Amino acid sequence: MKLRFQNTLGAAGIAAGLLAAAGTAQAADQIRIVGSSTVYPFSSYVAEELGATTDIRTPVVESTGSGGGMKLFCGGVGADTPDITNASRRMKPSEFEMCQKNGVKDITENVVGFDGIVFAQSKSDDAIDLTREQITLAVAAKVPKDGELVDNPYNKWSDIDSSLPDREILIYGPPTSSGTRDAFEELVMEHGSENIDGYDEAYTTIRQDGKYVPSGENDNLIVQKLAQNKAAFGIFGFSYLEENRDKIQGAKIDGVEPERDLISSGEYPVSRSLFFYTKNAHVDQVKGMEQYVDMFLSDQMASDRGYLKNLGLIPLPEDRLESERSEWESRAKLKASDLEG
Amino acid sequence: MSQGITLAPSRRLKKRYRAEQRFKAYCIAALLLALAFLVVFFSDMIRQGYSAFVQTEIKVDVTYDEDTIKFTNESVTEEVSPLISRAFYRTIPRQVEANPDLMNTTQTRWLTATAHVDQYRKGYSDRLDPELKATLDRLDSEGRVSYGFNSGLFFSGDSKIPSNAGLWSAFVGSFYVMIVVLVVSFPIGVATAIYLEEFAPDNRFTQAIEININNLAAVPSILFGLLGLAIFINFFGVPRSSALAGGLTLSLMTLPVIIISTRAALKAVPQNIRQGAQAVGASRWQAIRDHVLPLSLPGILTGTIIGIAQAIGETAPLLLIGMIAYIPDAPTSMTEAATVLPAQIYTWSGMPEGAYVSLTAAGILVLLSLLITLNATAVILRNRFERRW
Repeated sequence: MKLRFQNTLGAAGIAAGLLAAAGTAQAADQIRIVGSSTVYPFSSYVAEELGATTDIRTPVVESTGSGGGMKLFCGGVGADTPDITNASRRMKPSEFEMCQKNGVKDITENVVGFDGIVFAQSKSDDAIDLTREQITLAVAAKVPKDGELVDNPYNKWSDIDSSLPDREILIYGPPTSSGTRDAFEELVMEHGSENIDGYDEAYTTIRQDGKYVPSGENDNLIVQKLAQNKAAFGIFGFSYLEENRDKIQGAKIDGVEPERDLISSGEYPVSRSLFFYTKNAHVDQVKGMEQYVDMFLSDQMASDRGYLKNLGLIPLPEDRLESERSEWESRAKLKASDLEG
Repeated sequence: MSQGITLAPSRRLKKRYRAEQRFKAYCIAALLLALAFLVVFFSDMIRQGYSAFVQTEIKVDVTYDEDTIKFTNESVTEEVSPLISRAFYRTIPRQVEANPDLMNTTQTRWLTATAHVDQYRKGYSDRLDPELKATLDRLDSEGRVSYGFNSGLFFSGDSKIPSNAGLWSAFVGSFYVMIVVLVVSFPIGVATAIYLEEFAPDNRFTQAIEININNLAAVPSILFGLLGLAIFINFFGVPRSSALAGGLTLSLMTLPVIIISTRAALKAVPQNIRQGAQAVGASRWQAIRDHVLPLSLPGILTGTIIGIAQAIGETAPLLLIGMIAYIPDAPTSMTEAATVLPAQIYTWSGMPEGAYVSLTAAGILVLLSLLITLNATAVILRNRFERRW
């Protein structure tokens, strides 16, 4: 059993070689997509379809969150930066500036559909209808009482409004890092607090006394908890409600059921647009980028009869989808003025 | 008086025996508790995961012609069409391309059913449309529905269609990562250990190195991910998500394990073997190469295998270097985007469709069997070649 030391030396040589080779490699024959975890299932489905039906290599889709995606996307132009970023909110002006500064000047913005944020409970509970004001009072850290803001005293829903059930307040929701949390704060709490006397300005701080439980990015866990704990509510994206209708149901918000049509038409109040941003400087460099975006916006995928609907995407109205396509065809350049307001 | 002397110790002796019995009972209780956790974990995984190894298949006639290439889901009868996984339909044009003889023929095939049908038949979900249920029951009574081995679980890559999702790309990714870890950390680790153990003088400087190495072995793995991102990807320009980036990052994590176990193995070789060799005129390096290393090799290999097994099961550092992503194509080189087994499991666990629950558990079972195989190899190596003095 004699050790051949030469082999070991050879292996070390290979390792050094690998390192050196890596610096020069990275052929731009594979699309790189980053961004929102909400858009990720749709984006990766389109990627898969592209890989399975054409000779283009399946794009790599990484779920980094909307903010993380923007940071990578705006990091510069070149083979080691992503080609497309998905977002469950619009690009912020500060992110646009970062893009400009790093030379990412020619960006096309597209909306691909909507997502509803649901307030769900176990299927065995009685159906419930909540207003955004009531939800705000249930989750806010401070609520107005006798003219001043005090620590949230509500323990039961019936404490907020006697017409609500005598049921413990317990809400499983997204953590601060999540785009769903951003959207919830904006669409429910900002709106709710503006309609409640006593808040001077939009109030979006969530209570930390154990009534609101931040539950990680894994929405499946929240669904499981709702199935076990009948008192609890959960906050997550519409697709998880859609997939688990045998276990959970969505609460009506301001009297509107979380249904596909009602979210699409904008009647359901807690819905948001889903975006993706394309780096036009890469379109000619990276094989298949044009086909990918074409496919994402095609009738076969994004329309009302398209496949992404089965995965929980709420499609755009037909004329809107058409105009998104023509924006892409003309490679409409995103301007700072588009993002204001 | 003499009685008193003998009685007191025997009483004390009894007390000490009782204390010993109690202590033994605590230890056994701890062991049983650990075992119970293990049994619960395994049985839960097996209960959830076993069903993913088979899949519902339906026997249907597939028509290939001009029409069905365009409207692929019309290639089977309208009644059966919604029961069949989309993963089949979309490949029809390419099937014909690869085998033009198929054109204008009708073939009888066993096709994979959709995840909804599969979940319904396995009793996990009742969300199948009543009409489809009726069709399925009728087909079943005609013997046209059965379970087939889910070979896709092993031989196809990740997919957003649960019935089409598999571990292949993750397998290949894990393999490449393992090769990189081995090639990088084994020679560096062993050489470092040999120097520290056999050549290095015992001074402040080497002591500081030693403390740092021991410390590194206990550093949370996510920090290695940050280091990998900063050094390998941002500084050296290694492609993001590649097996090379992953392997190099995990090598940082494996190095201390290999160094520590190699040093222990070298230390176990008695001093008189070195002295014997040097007494007949061998140089220090000759003594190490021809005597010490061969004798300590089993220990070194054991440590290496355990280190690599640890690296294979790691996800946290890979999150930062972009390997936890949707990467369904198996990589063909070190610099292409790749994912690994635990990353695949993590990705599946977050998917909304119910079918991914069984897939997640099945993936865990596969990963565990792989790790058990590796660790068992380490034990066998040690038992077969270990020398005692």
